[in-house]
Amino acid sequence: MIDAMLGGLGALSEGVRVLLTTGGPNVIMLAVAGVMFWLAIAKGVEPLLLLPIAFGCLLVNLPLSEVMDAGGVLKCLYDFGIGNELFPLLIFVGIGTMTDFTPLLANPRLLLFGAAGQLGIFITLMLALALGFSKEAAVSVAAIGACDGPTVIYVSNMFAGMNKIPTAMVGALAVAAYSYMALVPVIQPPIMRLLTTRKEREVKMTSPKGKVSKAALIAFPIVVTVITGIVAPKGLPLMGMIMLGNFMKVTGVVPRLANAAENEIANISTLFLGLAIGGTMAGPQFLKYETLMVFGLGLVAIVIDTVGGILLGKIWYLLSGGKVNPLVGAAGISAYPMAARLVQTEGQRWNKHNFLLMHAMAANTGGQIGSVMAAAIMLSILKGLGII
Amino acid sequence: MDNLTFGFTMLIVGMGGTLATLFLITLCIRALVIFFPVRPEHTEEKK
Repeated sequence: MIDAMLGGLGALSEGVRVLLTTGGPNVIMLAVAGVMFWLAIAKGVEPLLLLPIAFGCLLVNLPLSEVMDAGGVLKCLYDFGIGNELFPLLIFVGIGTMTDFTPLLANPRLLLFGAAGQLGIFITLMLALALGFSKEAAVSVAAIGACDGPTVIYVSNMFAGMNKIPTAMVGALAVAAYSYMALVPVIQPPIMRLLTTRKEREVKMTSPKGKVSKAALIAFPIVVTVITGIVAPKGLPLMGMIMLGNFMKVTGVVPRLANAAENEIANISTLFLGLAIGGTMAGPQFLKYETLMVFGLGLVAIVIDTVGGILLGKIWYLLSGGKVNPLVGAAGISAYPMAARLVQTEGQRWNKHNFLLMHAMAANTGGQIGSVMAAAIMLSILKGLGII
Repeated sequence: MDNLTFGFTMLIVGMGGTLATLFLITLCIRALVIFFPVRPEHTEEKK
């Protein structure tokens, strides 16, 4: 009987023994989870995503945890919604309902900032290849330049499903993408000031002319979906879902569905996606040299995105005879509406009578379309090259 | 395919394709705004 009791006590202390003997990487990841909790709770850094990711990270790194083993709760969530790319796509439906394309339709030329804002994707791809990443891993890392978490998860998980990149890398990519999205207000302003002159920053842009009809707003998501389907069919699920959400919103005939997509569906998908991504962050698989490289290259990608947008803005400034404020180019990334608000704030810092918000919102929604389009085009090129 | 060729293919075709597709969408938006103009009577009704 004493043996049985000792055996029972031994089982209860097994977790401590494992943690002390072979749990070094797990202890580090528990600390990482703690940092993510602090960022989400105390600093308000992307709490919707970081909180569940951190909790998933906590669950998977506790000793003897079985949450990511076959039949484990996080493994089930992963297989149900990440392994088949379902959750990122459902979140995209919600993002579509939250996006207002009216400023873009009123000023369509600003969509081109959404293309320039993707420069970081392709430059980072080259850098990652030069640093020895495989083609698939390089594309996944470059996708951080889309500045769009669901896109990064969609692209990287596609490769993880083909066993072209390790599953743990999906977690690293997701955390890097969401972290840098949250850090856009820290990353962008110094680059804006460095690349523009005071005279350029003070440029006051005229208000966009003309209103947009409801019919045009309704036709827009259909047009974009059809164009994506024809040009880059591999990315059609990404663009199709974001446009579906927007279509439901602008038609106004399915308010219950639009409301559900914006709230319940997006919230549930975000929770499950965060937990499942956190579940991929098991210490022994996560703590690798490549993870540090992913974070470094992700930062480079977002910096180059900003540089690309501002440089196009400067060219536009010259061509327009000084009528376009180059700061608007910085909004050509997908961090919506954060990047647009940042441009407005920065513009007003240098000219109190400057109202760049509507122009920046147009560039920012252009960045959303641009980031998804860039990912879609990358996937279609990979398909064409026979890589996927 | 070696990494250099792959990288340049993605850079040129990818960035070029993104730019060209977004330019195409810009043209489509202009067409949409022309085909579906704001009806003046809506403005009058609000007044």
